[in-house]
Amino acid sequence: MSHDAKVPDLWASQDAPQAAPLAGSTLASLWRPINELLEWFGEIGVFVWQVMRATVRRPFEGRELMRQLDEVGAKSLPMVAMAGAAIGAVLALESRHSLIRFGAKAMLPAAIVFSIIHETGPVVTGLVVSGRVGAGIGAELGSMKVTEQIDAIEASGVNPYKLLAFTRILACVLMLPLLTLAADFAGVATGWIATTLAEPMSFQKFLHAGFAGASFSDFLAPTFRTMVFGLIIGVIACFQGMRSQGGTEGVGRSATSSVVLSSLFVMLADVILTKLILVFFP
Amino acid sequence: MTPTDQVIAPTAARGPNPAAGNAGPKDDGPAMVLKDIHKSFEGQVVLNGIDLTVGSGKTLAVLGRSGTGKSVLLRLIIALQKPDSGSIQIHGQEITSVGLEAINEIRKTMGFLFQHAALYDSLTVEENVAFPLRRHSKLTAAERADRVKELLTGVGMESDLKKMPSELSGGMQKRVGLARALALEPSILLLDEPTAGLDPITSREIDELILKLQEERDVASIVVTHDLHSAKTIADRIVLLHQGNAVIEGTFEELERSDDEFVAEFFKRDS
Repeated sequence: MSHDAKVPDLWASQDAPQAAPLAGSTLASLWRPINELLEWFGEIGVFVWQVMRATVRRPFEGRELMRQLDEVGAKSLPMVAMAGAAIGAVLALESRHSLIRFGAKAMLPAAIVFSIIHETGPVVTGLVVSGRVGAGIGAELGSMKVTEQIDAIEASGVNPYKLLAFTRILACVLMLPLLTLAADFAGVATGWIATTLAEPMSFQKFLHAGFAGASFSDFLAPTFRTMVFGLIIGVIACFQGMRSQGGTEGVGRSATSSVVLSSLFVMLADVILTKLILVFFP
Repeated sequence: MTPTDQVIAPTAARGPNPAAGNAGPKDDGPAMVLKDIHKSFEGQVVLNGIDLTVGSGKTLAVLGRSGTGKSVLLRLIIALQKPDSGSIQIHGQEITSVGLEAINEIRKTMGFLFQHAALYDSLTVEENVAFPLRRHSKLTAAERADRVKELLTGVGMESDLKKMPSELSGGMQKRVGLARALALEPSILLLDEPTAGLDPITSREIDELILKLQEERDVASIVVTHDLHSAKTIADRIVLLHQGNAVIEGTFEELERSDDEFVAEFFKRDS
């Protein structure tokens, strides 16, 4: 063997045995989260397919749907309205100083109204419902899963994807736009209150100035955008709940992951949908 | 009249209830036939070629140490899980290769009592028992209420109709679970440790109830249990699972006389 040939031999005997496992473990640690992410998307895809398949078959679970509409809609209303009200008041207080500085005080009602109906109302509603309803669904279905209640439903010949998942998802989709309207109204109302406390103005005049340049599409597209938020919240919370395992700890994980993931995807969807709305409703 | 007498008498008088979606067995063959069932979880073999046959009106008790796949066996029969390989026939119909709609139809002929009852915790006792009736029967609200009361009387829970599951003890939950399993007058009963955690009197009542169902309605049952006394009372045959295999199958007396070391060890504690 030549002298040159010994160099790789030395490397092979000393460095390679240490470097190869290191590179392997680094690759494995990089690959694992990617693999888990791909698995998660695959599983949620299968879940959505099962829900869609269940949806077209009778019965249509009207009774459970009504219960969920109440749970998602009526019971979220106070929290959503309060969040909208707080945002409206803060917007009025913050915007007033900025607009006065730029000599555009007359634009204050329009700034508040546009900001609320275009962005703040839908996003705040989406995030509040992610927190309240997402955690609720994740914990409820998670608890039902670990105590075999979902198995009991299935064993009695009832499709749990329809009874539990479809009704909750549909309730989220239908209720989000209505809750957004409530948040918008509360935000505009407290925006006016904050404005009129600094400089008295009638509510009618405030609304007239606020909606002066607004068209129907300004209002419609952002509000119905929240149906997508509802779909995201419902699907993720039901999926995380129904795959729960590991007792009470697993239920806690399902509730937390429902909130975190649905909030994350709501914000991501917000960016994408805002861009699409600007393209299609310029 | 004992609680068990009360639940059986009207049921036997009616026979299989088509209004409840249960038209009864379609053939005269065995109610359940399992052939060469294999099931593994993440490489760990749980069932390794199980063969079982249970005829109408017969009760098979499944014994074995904890973690030997007894509950998995029941879950495979009601199609909550799929076997890796093998055949499961319910009233002559293969269930491993049929669609969800067909499985749901078959499930209506089966009653399943879960190990921890698995009552719906957002529903009252009454609503829990009414759940399968509301879903699968054409009974009017009044008829449904009567049937629920009759079923709960049968398990001695008639005074707890409006209670939530969280207000019940483990034994009471199990009795409500049994009433729910019997709601559609099933021709097959799958019971996962029906007497575990129950006092001796309630255990005996549950055993008597199973015996009466055998005699009067030809209900085929598989009972997973650790209770040798209960197995001796209710089972026509007993199968003992060990390391994924059915070590022995026979009557209680046959198993008791077995020379097999594991079987003898299993029966030694109670003898």
